[in-house]
Amino acid sequence: MKRRDFLKATAAAGAATRFPSVRAQSRRSLGRVIVVGGGYGGATAAKYLRRWSGGAIEVLLVERSAEFVSCPVSNLVLGGTKSLANITRSYVAFADHGVQVIHDVVTAVDGKSGKLTLQHGGDLSWDRLIVSPGIQLMHDRIEGYDAKAQETVLHAWKAGPETLALRKQLEAMHDGGVFVIAIPLAPYRCPPAPYERACQVASYFKRAKPHSKVLILDANEDLTSEASLFKAAWSELYRGMIEHRPNSEVREVDARAMLAKTDFDSVKGDVLNVLPPMRAGEIARAAGLITANARWCGVDWLSMESIAQKNIHVLGDSVLPAPAMPKSGHMANQHGKLAAAAIVELMNGREPDPQPVLTSTCYSFVSDKEAIHVASVHRYNAAEKTFEPVHGAGGVSPARSEAEGTYGWAWAQAIWNDMLG
Amino acid sequence: MIPRRLIPGFLAAFAAFAVDAQTISPDRARNLAAACSGCHNTGSPDALSRLAGRSKEALVGQMMQFKSGVRPSTVMGQLAKGYTDAEIEAIAAYFAAQGSGTTSR
Repeated sequence: MKRRDFLKATAAAGAATRFPSVRAQSRRSLGRVIVVGGGYGGATAAKYLRRWSGGAIEVLLVERSAEFVSCPVSNLVLGGTKSLANITRSYVAFADHGVQVIHDVVTAVDGKSGKLTLQHGGDLSWDRLIVSPGIQLMHDRIEGYDAKAQETVLHAWKAGPETLALRKQLEAMHDGGVFVIAIPLAPYRCPPAPYERACQVASYFKRAKPHSKVLILDANEDLTSEASLFKAAWSELYRGMIEHRPNSEVREVDARAMLAKTDFDSVKGDVLNVLPPMRAGEIARAAGLITANARWCGVDWLSMESIAQKNIHVLGDSVLPAPAMPKSGHMANQHGKLAAAAIVELMNGREPDPQPVLTSTCYSFVSDKEAIHVASVHRYNAAEKTFEPVHGAGGVSPARSEAEGTYGWAWAQAIWNDMLG
Repeated sequence: MIPRRLIPGFLAAFAAFAVDAQTISPDRARNLAAACSGCHNTGSPDALSRLAGRSKEALVGQMMQFKSGVRPSTVMGQLAKGYTDAEIEAIAAYFAAQGSGTTSR
């Protein structure tokens, strides 16, 4: 080992021990990073930037919500086994990490001057910016899905008040009613989640209103994830309760008559849950980061830096995914760590890790207790300049189980601690 | 390489890193290990093993058993198959060098 590498090694070991604040005072500042969006990607990046820079990078996190509400496992609130409080976490621990949290909304980003504008808090400048805004729902792609219709036809694809509102609609529905969920063409946020939602709603119906039905209008030609596991759950746990119609893209909603219309059919529901097509979050668009199909943000996979704007990094669901890379919370967490590590190197004038490896594990609850999973490992291919799934690794559950239900809920506690603890 | 006589003066962490230093840098080991801490950190519920502070030998042994399928698992075998043996060694060395009380690792 060379002397330089040796010093680097001891510095890394030191940074990993218990005295980050002492180290921070003794080191020069490397500059300021602002993170926009405190979800699975942004919160993780903010925490790890502080940790891995030994406190040498100033980190500001701008997040509109006072608390974090998890999209993963939020379908359990619809099923009735968890409350919104169970899936909500605070940002208070960020103070311990030296991350300044600003609860505000970014209204403009100027990549040239390195400044952003807050709705309430004025302008902030950065040396590097991380944009992790999740998804924007494209309601305008579905006829009739206007602001008025959105009051009664919910998506609940961003966990929070709308999750509770959808739960209330299910509770108010009469026994014998029909819950319709419409799924857009992939890619969309969290591929298995609509099928998990169908299970959770059916699980609630089975207990509380057993004559009711779940109808899935799926724009895709088959289930986009874990098809045989979901189909087994539907036929074995909810026989006759769940109907899945493939190649059924909803193009119009009539909120007054409670109709969802495809090219071939008009379906009446008692509760309509229509997921419109999705694209990168609004601030990613405003910052000029969208590069693919007017929807997603292309990145340099070694740093998550935008291919459109220098010194701006994009994480999570807004990113144009690499082959077979899911838009999952776990993957956003991995993007956050990759970006944090790369930014520490770049701000020190070094090159990022040339061989990053990412993993994703995504649990779906098919009943109140049982879950299934899909896991994958993604390795950077230097020749192709993208991540590829590792052949022979990853996979799905052999069958649903209560053990995986336990792991799934434990996964949520653990990853919330990793990003927010 | 570092002369052997220098090592005892430094953190045990560094000694553990040095094993794989020629192929996998300490920073890369840290980055690889960060994939694990999404599920396995000191704030993890009991259902998910905590890794920090456990011996390198024990961690490598279990991961290799997951990878080969000798030890049955739901997720771990599928993930372990995505890593080289050298990467598993480096990740295990990283966690072995962490104190078991280290915050959320």
